[in-house]
Amino acid sequence: MHTPDTLLPQPAAMKPPGLIHGVILGCFCLGFGLLLAITDRLTLDDIAARALEDRQNSLAQVIPSTIHDNDPVTDTLVMKNAHGREITVYRARKAGTVTGVAYEIYGSGYAGEMKLMLGIAADGRVLGVRVLAHKETPGLGDKIEVKKGDWILRFDGLSLGNPPAERWKVKKDGGQFDQFAGATITPRGVLAAIRGGLDFFAANKAALTETK
Amino acid sequence: MSSSDYKTIAKDGLWDNNGVFSMLLGMCPAMAMTTSATNGFGMGLATAVVMAASSFLVAIFRSRITQEVRIPVFILIVAAMVTVVDLAMNAWMHELYKVLGLFIPLIVSNCLPLARLEAFAAKQPALPSFLDGLFMGLGFTIALTAIGAVREIVGNGTLFADASLLFGPSFKAIELRLLPADTGVLMMILPPGGFLVTGLLVVVKRMVDLRAGKEIQMGGAHSVA
Repeated sequence: MHTPDTLLPQPAAMKPPGLIHGVILGCFCLGFGLLLAITDRLTLDDIAARALEDRQNSLAQVIPSTIHDNDPVTDTLVMKNAHGREITVYRARKAGTVTGVAYEIYGSGYAGEMKLMLGIAADGRVLGVRVLAHKETPGLGDKIEVKKGDWILRFDGLSLGNPPAERWKVKKDGGQFDQFAGATITPRGVLAAIRGGLDFFAANKAALTETK
Repeated sequence: MSSSDYKTIAKDGLWDNNGVFSMLLGMCPAMAMTTSATNGFGMGLATAVVMAASSFLVAIFRSRITQEVRIPVFILIVAAMVTVVDLAMNAWMHELYKVLGLFIPLIVSNCLPLARLEAFAAKQPALPSFLDGLFMGLGFTIALTAIGAVREIVGNGTLFADASLLFGPSFKAIELRLLPADTGVLMMILPPGGFLVTGLLVVVKRMVDLRAGKEIQMGGAHSVA
């Protein structure tokens, strides 16, 4: 005996999909796409200006204004670091001579990569280190930020050799720098990043400081 | 609409039908962004702006949006509002953006705005919809600030730490240290603390409602998402 399968949708009972819905969706996409394009245009210059200010601010923290008379943000050099990653080197000059350089260094923290800015004088001394971005635990690993503690300031004036290379570690690893109570991985990552940055400077000193 | 209706909208959003504590929506930002009261407050405010704007727009266009394409249109509107807020804050409120910038794109993934568009703005005129979005957003702000405050006090011993970074130097005075440094229970700042505190605050809210003799509004009963 034949019984109609009523569970399947009957073609006659289905409304054909209307073109109108597609048109409505398309109109909304067009309208809001236009709105976004306008907003993007309106904010483009201001956002670029803010990004430049941010970079100038972070550079100003690691390169003291007394050692240069140029604008390091515009005096750049793109190089590859030991891991093959392209980094932008900002150069500070006084009367044309390079007095210091700054570039981003990277370390692995407890929760992903940390991005820092390292400033080094032409003689290899650390001018300053600042954290640009990190995802460390609030209240624990974030003491590497200068606004949450002065830990990051202790590297100023040090260099590769002062302390000796094998002492550039946290105390737990036999080095000379304090870790935080309850957080060793974060400072360890920062120290490794600074070490890497100092090694990069030592390996490329001639190219970084040559006066062109 | 009479003024008593507006009062209901406000009361619904702020307490009775609170997005987090009654409807249990927007759980992702409610737990991820509440490591401090300041973070929770900032995230809540950004969400409130997006909700008010998108509810208003949906209410204006509600007669032109057909049933079949309403969900993609709602998502489109929420996403467009989030992007506009993101760009505008980056350009003109840069200090605030540096603190909140990471959170703003996350508003798109919050199902609370979408639920209010579907449940309210799609059927109501522009002004009540705007107010519904605004008060639901403010209720969300209150919830996130409360969760953040409890986690921050127990986990870190502070309250409203870094509020001056968000609102300006004159708010330095509300940054409190309630417990000595390094005595906090770290777990409360980590993800498990988010679940614990959110759960406990839901219980507290329902106990208050029960004591007042109110009917408990169960999560999801008024929403689609």
